[in-house]
Amino acid sequence: MPKKLLSHWITAKNRSDLINLALLALLLLVVLPLALDIFRLNLVGKYLTFAFVAVGLVLCWGYGGILSLGQGIFFGLGGYCMAMFLKLEASDPVSTAIQSTPGIPDFMDWNQIKALPWFWEPFHSFSFTLIAVLILPTLFAYLIGVAMFKRRVGGVYFAIITQAIALILTVLIVGQQGLTGGINGITDLKTLLGWDIRTNSARYILYYINAALLLGGIVFSRWLLSSKLGLLLVALRDKEERVRFSGYDVANLKIFTFCVAALFSAVGGAMFTLQVGFMSPSFVGIVPSIEMVIFTAVGGRLSLIGAVYGALLVNFGKSYFSETFADLWLYLMGALFIGVVLFLPNGLAGLFREPRQTWLLIKHTALMLVAKLRPARLRPEGK
Amino acid sequence: MAETSTLFTTLLMQGFAGMSLFSVLLLMALGLAIIFGQMGVINMAHGEFMTIGAYTTYIMSTFAEAHGFINQYFILALIAAFAIAFAAGYLLEYLLIRRLYKRPLDTLLATWGVSLVMQQAFREIFGAREVSPALPEWLTGSYQPAPGIDLPVSGLMVLVLMLVVTFGVWLMMYRSRWGIRVRATTQNRVIADAVGINTKRVDRITFALGCGLAGIAGAAFTTIASTGPTTGSLFIVDTFLVVVFGGAASLFGTIASAFTIAQAQSGLEFLMTGSMAKVITLVSVVLILMMRPEGLFSVKVRK
Amino acid sequence: MSTESQHRTRHTRISIFIIASFLCIGSLLTFARVEAAGPPTAQVNTTGLAVTDTTVTVGDLHSATGTMAISEIGSIQAELLAIDQINAAGGILGRKIEVIKEDGASDWPNFAEKARKLLVKDKVAAVFGCWTSASRKAVLPVFEKENGLLYYPTFYEGLEQSKNVIYTGQEATQQIIAGLDWVTKTKGAKTFFLIGSDYIWPRTSNKIARKHIENVLHGKVVGEEYYPLGTTNFRSLINKAKLAKPDVIYSIVVGGSNVSWFKQLKAADITGDKWTLLTISTTEDEVKGIGGESVLNFYSAMKYFQTLKNPNNEKFVAAFKAKYGADSVIGDVTQAAYLGPWLWKAAVEKAGSFDVDKVVAASPGIELSSAPEGYVKVHANHHLWSKLRIGRWRRRCCCEIYRYHRRRSVNHG
Repeated sequence: MPKKLLSHWITAKNRSDLINLALLALLLLVVLPLALDIFRLNLVGKYLTFAFVAVGLVLCWGYGGILSLGQGIFFGLGGYCMAMFLKLEASDPVSTAIQSTPGIPDFMDWNQIKALPWFWEPFHSFSFTLIAVLILPTLFAYLIGVAMFKRRVGGVYFAIITQAIALILTVLIVGQQGLTGGINGITDLKTLLGWDIRTNSARYILYYINAALLLGGIVFSRWLLSSKLGLLLVALRDKEERVRFSGYDVANLKIFTFCVAALFSAVGGAMFTLQVGFMSPSFVGIVPSIEMVIFTAVGGRLSLIGAVYGALLVNFGKSYFSETFADLWLYLMGALFIGVVLFLPNGLAGLFREPRQTWLLIKHTALMLVAKLRPARLRPEGK
Repeated sequence: MAETSTLFTTLLMQGFAGMSLFSVLLLMALGLAIIFGQMGVINMAHGEFMTIGAYTTYIMSTFAEAHGFINQYFILALIAAFAIAFAAGYLLEYLLIRRLYKRPLDTLLATWGVSLVMQQAFREIFGAREVSPALPEWLTGSYQPAPGIDLPVSGLMVLVLMLVVTFGVWLMMYRSRWGIRVRATTQNRVIADAVGINTKRVDRITFALGCGLAGIAGAAFTTIASTGPTTGSLFIVDTFLVVVFGGAASLFGTIASAFTIAQAQSGLEFLMTGSMAKVITLVSVVLILMMRPEGLFSVKVRK
Repeated sequence: MSTESQHRTRHTRISIFIIASFLCIGSLLTFARVEAAGPPTAQVNTTGLAVTDTTVTVGDLHSATGTMAISEIGSIQAELLAIDQINAAGGILGRKIEVIKEDGASDWPNFAEKARKLLVKDKVAAVFGCWTSASRKAVLPVFEKENGLLYYPTFYEGLEQSKNVIYTGQEATQQIIAGLDWVTKTKGAKTFFLIGSDYIWPRTSNKIARKHIENVLHGKVVGEEYYPLGTTNFRSLINKAKLAKPDVIYSIVVGGSNVSWFKQLKAADITGDKWTLLTISTTEDEVKGIGGESVLNFYSAMKYFQTLKNPNNEKFVAAFKAKYGADSVIGDVTQAAYLGPWLWKAAVEKAGSFDVDKVVAASPGIELSSAPEGYVKVHANHHLWSKLRIGRWRRRCCCEIYRYHRRRSVNHG
């Protein structure tokens, strides 16, 4: 399969894509681990979990034209599934002996819950957890997708409704604190199948797993896009009616893409829980969901690899500025939103996507400047 | 007998609680209904325009306290809140929104950026702490038409304000030349342009008017709650849901939807905990929207 | 002539000698002072903390931005004030305290990230910070894993005791039980309506309150309600309370919701003259936003009020206002945050070391008679012995303080 993929790329004269992917792999797998200490690398790992969401958004927003402002829902669901498993492992009867009901998570004990709720029970099993991480969010996305796309709800309405669902889920998680840990989230996660995930070696290993999964996800998405489905998606975004009149089931196409994006987010969420050691409702709500869209917008909504850089850059910026000029950060973040939307609709990738075009553009601009024409008129056009 | 009268007064008070929530929701949603419903622009900074109105009221109140006209200032504050939010909206349209009319989803992102910038600006100007304007004595108490029935004066005031503003909006949209232009532009921009309507100007005024209405909502809201840099962002989703639920381009729909949501939430809050009431209200709204994507009362438009 | 010049020369020589000897003694003295000022770094820091011969670095981790900034800024100010005062008085073990400020930005995971940064990268000797329970729960595993030391200022739900945390605020039982006893005794209260924001502190607190009301005071809880954080519409709740007609409304509404809550109470004619309302969540900070009229004659149960009359507090309030402006207010948590650096200083000096293990070992039994709230002592369970006070709110943001009730800190492990 990979060989076939490779040949496909080369025949498709998409060599620059391959080079870019190789560069990204080099950066993630070699350069960053060598250049950064484990503390910073762990942070990068955390940022990369958001990159999963961003890559998913490239598929459903950039190509499919479906703007979801609720990707936090799926990120959160994936993360919570993983967190429930880890929390159960951390709350074995021995280490929770001081509780009035040993063997249940500490927050349940504080809320005077006497027995493990039924929906927690299956999360004792690791294989069930893995399946749940993958299936549960996807299923939820499927239900939302069927309800919305079959009725041809799209665009703005879809965005607002996904936002409302994110809000509902947050209020629900916070309100049912005896079952979910409430606003604190699920904290103090220690081991995965007996393996301490807080040690430096574990952090390295998790980072590599994360990076590998992400690269795999990009390859998969690239393959998806270069298939007929990708073509249909683009057609769909540009002229939905024509695709429909050509006999394709537009709704199913959209549902599928939305599900894939949800799946990616869920994997990101699960990896987040593993690397950071907890999960909280603050990743489910509206604000994180919109921020995730911004990672994609900054990186370039049409570029899978750009989305990764977008997630890395924005989060690096956030960490860096909040350490040095906390107040400036929100201005910068706001300006970034506005600036990218206004001037770089295809994000950073828009600048690099077609090196030849960029080069032509630079040459053109330079010539224009020399000729003292109106250089402000020249801007990289999105399409 | 005493039982029934308590039940009656409670029902009455509960109805009034719903009416108050309805007034607030509708005041907030009117501006958005104009901007989103008529122009199709998603203004995520709408909440921040509310905050502008609230802070304006706060400034006016400190000024009024210093100069001894605290009993009369509120009317002035309403006008100032409208004017300042209107001006800010006008500016925003000129600088940003007009460049994005063809990309509605992108206005969503850009205005979210605007809201971040505005929140931080509020934080720097007014501090992170919440502020609350000094209210004239007559606005803080309650009116007792009968024993056991306390109608909050601030609630009554918001109710009256809501009626006035809604009537004003209706007059402007459906009984003025300007309203005809706005609706013409919404229905068919090209033809509107062709018959000599300055659609760009119409857009700008419409957007600014929506923001000005948000300013009034903020001024009214600050009499019953507080104002902080992030106050506006708390309401943005609720407000959007009101507009979408009612059916975007319909003024009547917005009113009906604000009424339904407010009474439902207020009633549920009486029967169960606040968190669950909120969840159930939102879930029902979302479910109904899934079944009826165009909202309750919508003008059927083929896309 | 010659004798005169000789005389002068000798005179000069003598004065030079005198000056030189002064200088010499002076420098010796200075040298001796440096020697006496602080024990060598190798001795006071065996675990690689950020301690030099002249400085020691600590962290300050609160939300300067985001929704919690409203509440947390007071704590930051108080901690920095305490650190300034300690530095002005010569520092700790001869070392000046340097502060690395990190912004948690009201985002719990961010708190965990910043805590790790402070402990792993900056190697700070202690951290003063966190406000919400959620942020504390988020950083707790980090502090335990990296063996850091956190001074946590907020009154909170209890049910926790960590080797790595000193809790300078009150935990729930300290704040609740005495207050309920007081209101039962003085107001003859029998029925209670419990109201809270929907998260762990109010919920746990109300559970403790309900147990105490039902089992000890033999009263009745006629309602228990929770509203999401940030709620601004309490009218239905107020109607419910009116219908239930409780003797006491027991309120644990936090943050910005406070303003709507009290304004709407007043608008519904629930005022301090006719109703008894006792809150454990409303401090001077919130009242500044609410406005004095709306909380008039309601009661707060706190360990500290700004209007407390004692010389320590007068000095503290004067210093705070001198630094942060005459219209700044000091709430319970702000005072508790102020205690943090002082308690740490006392523990470090007792231990003779900055090492976290030694400071932790030295902490129980530390007394602070200079505390603005009067006197506090660190209990073996890392909480403070402190008094609970009931304050009645008056129009101009100040409290009439009612009575003292002494309770030792209790912990539900």
